[in-house]
Amino acid sequence: MINSRQKKERFIRFFFLFAASISILVLSMILLFLFVEGAPIFGKISVTSFIFGREWYPTSSPPDFGILALLAASIAVTVLSAAISIPLGVMTAIYLAEIASARVREIAKPVVELLAALPSVVIGFFGMVVVAPFLQDNFEIATGLNLFNASLMLAFMSVPTICSISEDAIHSVPKDLKEASLALGATHWETIFRVIFPASLSGISTAVILGMSRAIGETMVVLMVAGGAAMVPTSIFNPVRPMPASIAAEMAEAPFRSDHYHALFAIGIVLFLFTMLFNLVADYVAQKHKQVGAATL
Amino acid sequence: MKSKWIITMALVLTCFASPGAWAGSLKVDGSTTVLPIAQKVTEAFMKEFPEVSISISGGGSGNGIKALIDGTADIADSSRFIKDEEVKLAVEKGAYPVPFAIAYDCIVPVVNSGNSAGNLTLDQLKAIYMGKIRNWKEVGGPDAEIVVISRDTSSGTYEVWEEKVMKKERVYAGALLQASNGAIAQVVSKNKNALGYLGIGYVDKNVKALTVNGIAGNEETTLNGTFPIARPLFMFTRGWPSGDALKFINYVMNPQKGQKYVKEAGFVPLY
Repeated sequence: MINSRQKKERFIRFFFLFAASISILVLSMILLFLFVEGAPIFGKISVTSFIFGREWYPTSSPPDFGILALLAASIAVTVLSAAISIPLGVMTAIYLAEIASARVREIAKPVVELLAALPSVVIGFFGMVVVAPFLQDNFEIATGLNLFNASLMLAFMSVPTICSISEDAIHSVPKDLKEASLALGATHWETIFRVIFPASLSGISTAVILGMSRAIGETMVVLMVAGGAAMVPTSIFNPVRPMPASIAAEMAEAPFRSDHYHALFAIGIVLFLFTMLFNLVADYVAQKHKQVGAATL
Repeated sequence: MKSKWIITMALVLTCFASPGAWAGSLKVDGSTTVLPIAQKVTEAFMKEFPEVSISISGGGSGNGIKALIDGTADIADSSRFIKDEEVKLAVEKGAYPVPFAIAYDCIVPVVNSGNSAGNLTLDQLKAIYMGKIRNWKEVGGPDAEIVVISRDTSSGTYEVWEEKVMKKERVYAGALLQASNGAIAQVVSKNKNALGYLGIGYVDKNVKALTVNGIAGNEETTLNGTFPIARPLFMFTRGWPSGDALKFINYVMNPQKGQKYVKEAGFVPLY
């Protein structure tokens, strides 16, 4: 009897272990594939000339595989979109969690979250046919398909993520902290800024990172509205070609196992390392600002 | 009872597993440019001759010809003529590749319908795409920056442009690369200073087609060879085709059948 119960227990434990390891297994297999397919390009050119090469002409003969322009484009688009989406998202979250009445909050939060439900191709299309002509006509710039437009569209996409998770974090700051602060004579604004915001900082930084990693990996929007010029941007109104757009546009027609194909996978590796670095930084920030005691999230 | 089951299963399995045993099968490989034509024609062909099964893939012109030489493909699609060394290799392996021009690819420079430009020479186009000419006034237009739009470098359309206009020079990095003909048409129709190029099948009333060296790009000028940005597309067979391959090639060349789909796919038919 006991034996069979132990067996059952062991079986259940094994089953859950299996379920948990599937995603890890899939991740490691994709990683392995990524590195196996990307590595051969480094037999042809050095890592430094790949990353710091300014020329990306994968199909001309002889080809040039320098991704500096693509890398700079990805960084620029992510930073600019973060500069728009972080203040917007976090402030919206503070408003919803602390200032808005319960009824406003009940309606506004799902509406903001609905923005995340918009497919990226719809946002890209909006940027292409509405925002781009608007920028062209009102800012006297050559093309509306540029760094600024792409960042704006990406910011739209990350605001709901940032807002929703930040709001949860702010909302779960214990009432005691807030009440203690108010009781000590702090105003509502001081309480928000000095007590609630720091207490929820680890949750907010998680939100920011999730929002930004959506922006850096996003493909469809940058493919449609970033313009696609492979050069290092010098102004926010320059057309750019971020890494995911390059991979998406060229992969379909790059001959199987050619240098171009391997180079595109190598871009995938760079993109992966980038997001990993991102996550590590997020972890570090979250750990460093983690509050102990009642404010622990 | 049980044995009856097994026999039925075996029959069903053989039917699924080996259609080749009782029907002809053709393998088509090669250029991604020709792929849309091959797909449309094949669909119609298989509807008319259901006993022939055809598998198509688009591994690129070079891979297609290689597959033809190795005998792993019966028909190779190609957007260029076969190279001397490929012919040599093929003859060594005992297969004489026979070319059939099946369609023409014609690329037309386009601008926004509000743009006053009407004609550009090949040299002007080249200079614009190299980034040497940056302003419309240098080619007789208003004082506005030219927004150069190109296709991504792996596309067949880009290949023609590179070969016929750029002549080994590189498109400068400031050009906006778009991933499809549709995207180029969209961007050009929204930007009055844009210059792009489209396969002839994609030129519609939303954009304005330019003449090149004074010649308008259309079916007539493509077929008589006067329009400079055009090229023939080929299908190669192993030796003079016979059996199903012959049937297929004849179908492709038939003005009422295959050539109808060439036009549908956005290319210039032979007739």
